[in-house]
Amino acid sequence: MSEVKLAAVDVRLVRGSRSVLDVPRLDVHRGEVLAVVGPNGAGKSSLLNVLALLEKPSQGRVVFDGEPVAGDPLSYRRRMAVVFQEPLLLDTTVEANVRSGLALRGVPRDEQERRMEHWLRRFGIQHLRRRSAYLISGGEAQRTSLARALVLEPEVLLLDEPFGGLDAPARQSLLDDLEAALRETGTTTVFVTHDRGEALRLGRRVAVMMDGRIRQVCPTEEVFASPVDEEVAAFVGVETIVPGLMRTQEGGLAVIEVTGRSIEAVADSSVRGEVLVCLRPEDVVLAPGSDSASPTSARNRLRAKVRRIVPVGPQVRVELDCGFHLVALITKQSLEDLSLRPGDEVVASFKATAVHVIPRRGGS
Amino acid sequence: MELIGEGIREAFRLIFTGDGQVYAIAARSLAVSGVATAIGLTIGSLLGLVLGTRSFVGRNLVLSLVNTGMALPPVVVGLFVFMVLVRDGPLGRLHLLFTPAAMVLAQAIIVTPIVTALTAAAIQGLHPRLRLQILALGASRWQWAWLMFKEARLPLLAAVMLGFGAAIHEVGASLMVGGNIKDETRVLTTATVLETQKGNFETAIALSVILLLVMYAVNLALTLIQQRRRPL
Repeated sequence: MSEVKLAAVDVRLVRGSRSVLDVPRLDVHRGEVLAVVGPNGAGKSSLLNVLALLEKPSQGRVVFDGEPVAGDPLSYRRRMAVVFQEPLLLDTTVEANVRSGLALRGVPRDEQERRMEHWLRRFGIQHLRRRSAYLISGGEAQRTSLARALVLEPEVLLLDEPFGGLDAPARQSLLDDLEAALRETGTTTVFVTHDRGEALRLGRRVAVMMDGRIRQVCPTEEVFASPVDEEVAAFVGVETIVPGLMRTQEGGLAVIEVTGRSIEAVADSSVRGEVLVCLRPEDVVLAPGSDSASPTSARNRLRAKVRRIVPVGPQVRVELDCGFHLVALITKQSLEDLSLRPGDEVVASFKATAVHVIPRRGGS
Repeated sequence: MELIGEGIREAFRLIFTGDGQVYAIAARSLAVSGVATAIGLTIGSLLGLVLGTRSFVGRNLVLSLVNTGMALPPVVVGLFVFMVLVRDGPLGRLHLLFTPAAMVLAQAIIVTPIVTALTAAAIQGLHPRLRLQILALGASRWQWAWLMFKEARLPLLAAVMLGFGAAIHEVGASLMVGGNIKDETRVLTTATVLETQKGNFETAIALSVILLLVMYAVNLALTLIQQRRRPL
């Protein structure tokens, strides 16, 4: 297990009579990027503020490098940096903004200059250095805010929806720059987002928050493939979630009955009875309705009727009815090759390993 | 009309001939009100910062009292300071009554609520998370206060101008606790009252013009600071 850089221990935050945060334990490992995802109001920002020592929890503590933070948190704050959704620049030049944290720490002027040059260039804002922070675009302002944080060479970087206020192109290019910067510096990072794409892209591990609690912490890919419960699954975007009944289970291969059809899945032997079957749309492969015999390793082959076809960026979402609602994500090219139309018959196939089985809440 | 024209001519004559008496009175006005404003600014800005960033029980009550304090009648303040400084009063032993210090105290009391209320409003006008961002940048308590003031400098300097104006133009408190003693506590406003009562209207008008010029000069300086390198 890698070393824990920053941890929240037994943290509770109560506002009025409402419990905003209830986190028995969250570890951030040295050098990792931990994405904290969850719907709005889940407590992600509150958690970040507590970790950044900007808000004192009602109970519990933050542990930095193995030491519980007590007393004046200033010296710990100076080892971290925070970027919020709004750039929150000071009313001065871009350059003075990027420099501000260094100046507060009393870093010598020539050192300030050297580091500032580097990060102005890294975020492509060196030409704006003498401009007023109030006269630059939203994307440029957020670049300034990120440069202002990274110039501190923080031990921990805390990002609260840093791309939330940006349009798609600005977001994409800034995401590229940030990803490169994090890879290069290896900075321990906590990255709060409600965008699962951003989480997948930046996070090596992900913590899913709902109602002030952390529901699941695991490697990023795993949360998408194996969400721990129905709500997490719905949030991370497993599009097919249908109830089923576990019929047989042998050697890790289970047969689950879903509205009269049998689905084979790889499942933990502890799972029994009522379950939820989760399937990611990109794991569903479509073939023409006549082609029921072509060889494939997929264990599950279901006849289905095309309900709806919705373009999603470069891909197409095909909604199917095969006794239950099934969603497939295919390329535009595949759609043309199959010449699919609503009402057509197709064969949907997916591997047993692509099926994720969640014990039904309240079920046995 | 003739009287006013005569008064303005007299004012410029007094200014340009370097009338020692008038210069001394103007300088005293500037000094007393300047020091009072500095005191009011120090206390008021810090109180305003607390009121603008902290939530506590009774905050709205305090704010409403401070807001009322912006319009404190100078004679009420004068009476209060008089009672405190009079020989039998709580601070009678300091023998401050009828000294410039007493006038500074009275004017500081007038300035403080103005600066407090306007600072609180100015600070609350900043982005609510800017407070956290500045802390997150690694600011100590004092660095944080300084940066917050810097961010709110436009309305804050407006508060200073208003506070200084209230101090230098008030007459009731200065008269009551200063006593309008020649060469000691006579300032532009109290001198104007005296000259008017004596029927020396030219001198009174001259003093008024000088008062307005002093106020304009101070506000011009503050405005230049306020608008420095600021894009519209």
